[in-house]
This record gives sequence, C-alpha cells and structure tokens, in this order.
Amino acid sequence: MRIALAGNPNSGKTSLFNAITGGRQKVGNYPGVTVERKEGKASTPSGLVLSILDLPGTYSLDSRTPDETITRDVILGRVTTEEAPTLLVAVADATNLERNLGLVLELKALKKPLVLALNMMDLAEKRGLVLDLNVLSRELGVPVVPTVAVKKEGIIELLSQVEKELKQGQYGQAVRDFQTEWVLPSPVDIRARFSEVDRVLSLSVKTAPKPSLWTDKIDRVVLHPVWGSVLLFLVLGLMFQAIFTWATVPQDWIKSGISFLGDTVRKLMPEGALRSLLVDGVITGVGSVLVFLPQILILFLFILLLEDSGYMARAAFLMDRLMGRVGLHGRAFIPLLSSYACAIPGIMSTRTIENRRDRLTTILIAPLTTCSARLPVYSLLIAAFIPNVTVLGPLKLQGAVMFGLYLAGIFAALFMAVVLRKTFFRGPKPSLLMELPTYKWPSLQSVFVGLLERSKIFIRRAGTVILSLSILLWFLASYPKPPASAVEPAIHYSYAGKTGHLIEPLLRPIGFNWRIAVALIPGFAAREVMVSSLATVYAVEKGERAEGSGGALGQVLAKDWSLATALSLLIWYVLACQCLSTLAVTRRETNSLRWPAFMLLYMTILAYGGSYITYHLALWAGLG
Amino acid sequence: MSVTVRLGSLKKGESGTIVSVEGTEIISRRLLEMGLLEGAQVDVLHESPFGKDPFAVRVRGALIALRRSDANLIEVKIK
Repeated sequence: MRIALAGNPNSGKTSLFNAITGGRQKVGNYPGVTVERKEGKASTPSGLVLSILDLPGTYSLDSRTPDETITRDVILGRVTTEEAPTLLVAVADATNLERNLGLVLELKALKKPLVLALNMMDLAEKRGLVLDLNVLSRELGVPVVPTVAVKKEGIIELLSQVEKELKQGQYGQAVRDFQTEWVLPSPVDIRARFSEVDRVLSLSVKTAPKPSLWTDKIDRVVLHPVWGSVLLFLVLGLMFQAIFTWATVPQDWIKSGISFLGDTVRKLMPEGALRSLLVDGVITGVGSVLVFLPQILILFLFILLLEDSGYMARAAFLMDRLMGRVGLHGRAFIPLLSSYACAIPGIMSTRTIENRRDRLTTILIAPLTTCSARLPVYSLLIAAFIPNVTVLGPLKLQGAVMFGLYLAGIFAALFMAVVLRKTFFRGPKPSLLMELPTYKWPSLQSVFVGLLERSKIFIRRAGTVILSLSILLWFLASYPKPPASAVEPAIHYSYAGKTGHLIEPLLRPIGFNWRIAVALIPGFAAREVMVSSLATVYAVEKGERAEGSGGALGQVLAKDWSLATALSLLIWYVLACQCLSTLAVTRRETNSLRWPAFMLLYMTILAYGGSYITYHLALWAGLG
Repeated sequence: MSVTVRLGSLKKGESGTIVSVEGTEIISRRLLEMGLLEGAQVDVLHESPFGKDPFAVRVRGALIALRRSDANLIEVKIK
C-alpha cells in the first residue's frame, strides 16, 4: 500500500514523515529530475505494512517549480515509474488553517481516499485555538487526526485512521472510481475554494489562534532596518568562520587518514602499475575530494538550522532588493552563499527558485563565487609570490590579496548576472512572493537525518564520478611510460604531458608555460588537484612538499614563474570552470547538455580574457 | 469614511481590507493561493531595509513577503 504525504511548505510534513517512519527512509531522486524522493516504511497498529512517500511541499497542485510538479504528478499518477498512491495524507499546520485548508480542499476534489493530519496542534492550542474536530471533519468530509510530529504525538492514531480508510476502500466499496483528472483552477475556483474554507472554519473554530507573539518579537529585531542587517552579517560571519576554521580539525584527520592509507598500500604492495593506480589515482583522487566533507557538512548544518528555524526566508527577504538590482530573486542569495563552500550544493539548492530564467541565471553564475576548492591554490600562490608586508594596521598584504580574490569572484558573478539578464534571460523582473514562516526550534531529528542524507550523496559522488575521473586522469598522466633515457619528469612523456605541450601556444599569451598547461589538465577535474599535479610536474619530492604553506613547491614556483604569471593564474582560478562535478550537477539540474556546455564556454572566455588583461597589465607595470 | 488605494502604497503599520486582486491569471492565481483574497485584512508589518521594498504583510494568519510592484495588483480599502 502506497501512502503519500502532501502539504504546504512549513506544515511540518517532513517531521511527520520522520515520526511515522522512525527515520528509516530511502532517499533518492525522481528519474530525469533532481527532486529529492523520500520513501519510508511504517506499520499500522494491526500490522499492515505501508510504504510512505514524502512529497515536496506545495501551496496548490498548480506547479511552478520542479518540486511542485513532482508533487502534482505523483498524486495524479502521471509519473510512469511511480506507483500512484492509494491514499493521501494531507498535512496542515493547525496554527494556520485559513491558508492550509486550501490545498486540503484541492486534494479532496481528486476523490482519492484522504486523511487530514492537523499538525503542530500543541502550538495552535497554546496560541488559543479552540476547535471542534468532529465538526471540522464533518464539514470537510475528511477524517481528521490531530498530531504533534516533533513529539511523536498522534502518530498511532493517524496510522489507525489510515488503515480504517484503506479497509473501507477495499471492502466498503467494491470498485472505487478514483478521479485523478485535475484541471488548472481559475482564479474564480480559487476564490470559491477559500470561501468554502471560511465556511468550514466559521462552523468548527470557536476561537482562532493568535499570531505567534514570539515570531513578532523576533522579527522586530531580525527584520529591523538596521539590526536586521547587522544580525545577517553576524550570522554569515559565524558561518564562514565555522566553515574555514572549525572544519580544519576533522579535515586534518581525513588528510592524515588518507596519507596513512596511501603509505600502507605503498608498503604492502609491490611496485607496479596497480600500486600506482591505487595510491596515485584512487586514494589521492578520492581523498582530495573527501577532504571537503567536513566543510560541506558544516555548511549544510547551518543551512538546515537556518531553514528549519525559519530564518532563511528572512535572509532572502533582507537580500531581495540587492539581488533584485542584478535581476536575481531574493532566494538566489542562499544558493550563492552555499557556493562559497562548494558550487554543487549551491546549484542543487536553486530548486526553490520558481522562475526558470532566474534559476538558470543563478546556476550559471554560482561557480564564479569563490568555493573552498580554490583555497589550496590561492594559499599556495599567495604564500609563494606575495610578500607578507603590513598594509594598514593588522592588515597584511597576503590577507588583502586573498580578500581581493573573493571580491573579484563576487564582482564577476554579479557582472555575469547582469549580462545574462540582459541577453539570454531577458524578461520581467522575477516576482518575490513567499511566506515568512513562524519561528520554531529546529527538530534535531530532521537536521540529523538531513545531514546524513547529504553526506551519503556526497560520498556516493566521490565514490563514483570522482573515482572514475581519478582513474582516467591517472592513466593520462602515467601513460605512455617515459623512455629509459628520460630527463624530464615522467608526466612530460604522458598523454597529459603531450596535451599540455599541444595547448601551450594557446596559453602563452596569458603567461602560462607548458608545465602549468599540463597541471591544468588534471586540475580541470577538480581545482585543488592542481596543487598536487604542479608538484608532480615540477618533480617535487613527496615529503618535502608542505602544501599551501610556501613549502618546497612554493619555492620552486617562485623561482620559475614571474609575478605576472602568478597573478594571471590566480585570476584564471577566480574565473575558470575547473570542476567537472559542477558541470555534471548542472547537466542533471537543467536536464540538458546545453547549459553545462554554455557554462564551460562562457567561463573559459571570461577566464582567458581576465588572465590576458591581468598578465599584460602586470608586464606593463614591470612585474614580468 | 474609507478610501481605496493600491496595497503597494501602504506603509509599515498601516492596514486595509482587500477589495480586488488583478493581474494576469498566473500572478493573480499565485496571490490568491497565498491567501491574498478579497475581504481579507492585511497588516503591513515589516519593510526591507533597502528602499522599503519588498515588504511583509500579515494576511489570513500568515506572514507573506512580496514586492511592492506585485502588491500594486491588489486594491485595498483603508479607513
């Protein structure tokens, strides 16, 4: 038996899903789209096993986002790979029945078996709701069960009610004629639907709940013209601090774990192609991505907490005007912010943006924000080339350059947003229309389950995409083998080396030598790999290389490159799309090859132009 | 005595009752679904720090943020 949960956003639907399934759930995607599909199992008091599907939140069946389309299509049985649900559980926020019951009536019109869960009943009662459940159920024509999902109250009652309805469906009526036809409601229909809501509520509600006093109080600070912005700034500051400092401890554990694993394999296995594949290809490649897991988890922890508590919508509200100036939706703020850790979760979180043009613009500029994979390269080059002199007070030149690179990324992203909105994505300014939900304490279970899902997705990706790419790159960098009389490092004679030499003339105008060209090839798969591939190309011995701290590699580079070349490479790193995973996730999210191709093209042109100007300005300034 | 004005012209702290919701079918459907319906009372509670746009109104028990240009599709009666 397939049961689906449907409800407005912020109705506590996911908490209810977690309470029903006890956290035992399978998370995946619907085929062809990257809408998260959550399924779990539950058994009714008499032992009937149900499969429960958590559908994305929606205000109506008239869909605007991919998430909302999935909700509608699954309910209507239009998704071919998905068994149509036998029964729907409508989840409504009991503190806001005036709006939530609109969707309930729309679902009821489908004439499928339906049970209404009145969630957050405790909060509603605390705020003064006095409600006659029998009258509500009678007038709606739907069985109603009050629940408090976060306290696991009413879950058994809900499951018994579901079971009762299923039995009636099976035995009460021999044939049940499900009308799953649905026509787009006209504005007149919507008005009529809400009039019906008002009629039902006027009969069943004795006292309506008062607005949340706490939410009003908190909003007086959070949305205050001055304090609101200060608070947003502090929240973002804390988030960055957490990503870049707290994460270093577990990152160091992962790093030493990986090098221990590499060393162990190196000791245990005889020298040869297989050992090289395992150590230099698989362990180094997958390891270089796993190192980012702590940062990504901290980022998601913040996002989940901010989202669950209700703050995220306020952040979008505060930022809307600024984002609107470059033609973006206030909601684009969250994906762009996430992209500072990694563009992949950033691009994935654009799903909440309704308008396709807005969403595509946000996806296309997301990889220009300075993700953490750029940091190892920035640190290496800055430590090697920028003297750490004091500029002003506590501000040192190295820090200032790092900050400048971040600013360059923001500037490039905003610039491209304007350009894209004026060319490919012309159209009216996106409209902002969103609910600012009542504040609530984030549910620890939801946050925990959310984090667990994210780590699974990330590790699976590292285990598949990154693993195969690492093997491919290892092959390109290792074969063919150098001749016996080789003088250059082995990579020089490999396919990667040959390609580097081949493209060198193209890169000479921006100041790159063939070694940089060679290192760029593996660096194309993932930015930070450039550091280890530079080490390979310059044949810096392992052990004496201290990554990113101006160690052996930095000294070698400082001798070999001019400052102009280093600056040009830094700008290249700000602007170029050196990340296969970003292209892969863009392909999945846009469901087309066109947009990742466009992303690669425009970013390469931008990077080449930027590096060219930087290199020649630097030469002109005598830094050659 | 009451006057009819556009919702987008209300300031923080002002209230009104919705008289009509206009706009293309796509936009009006969206506004209606969020509870911005004829007869509903709206209270303007918050404004963006930048140019007071967007703003947030309480309507039918929910706090809804919208831009003033969209709010101008809605006519309200004020006292």
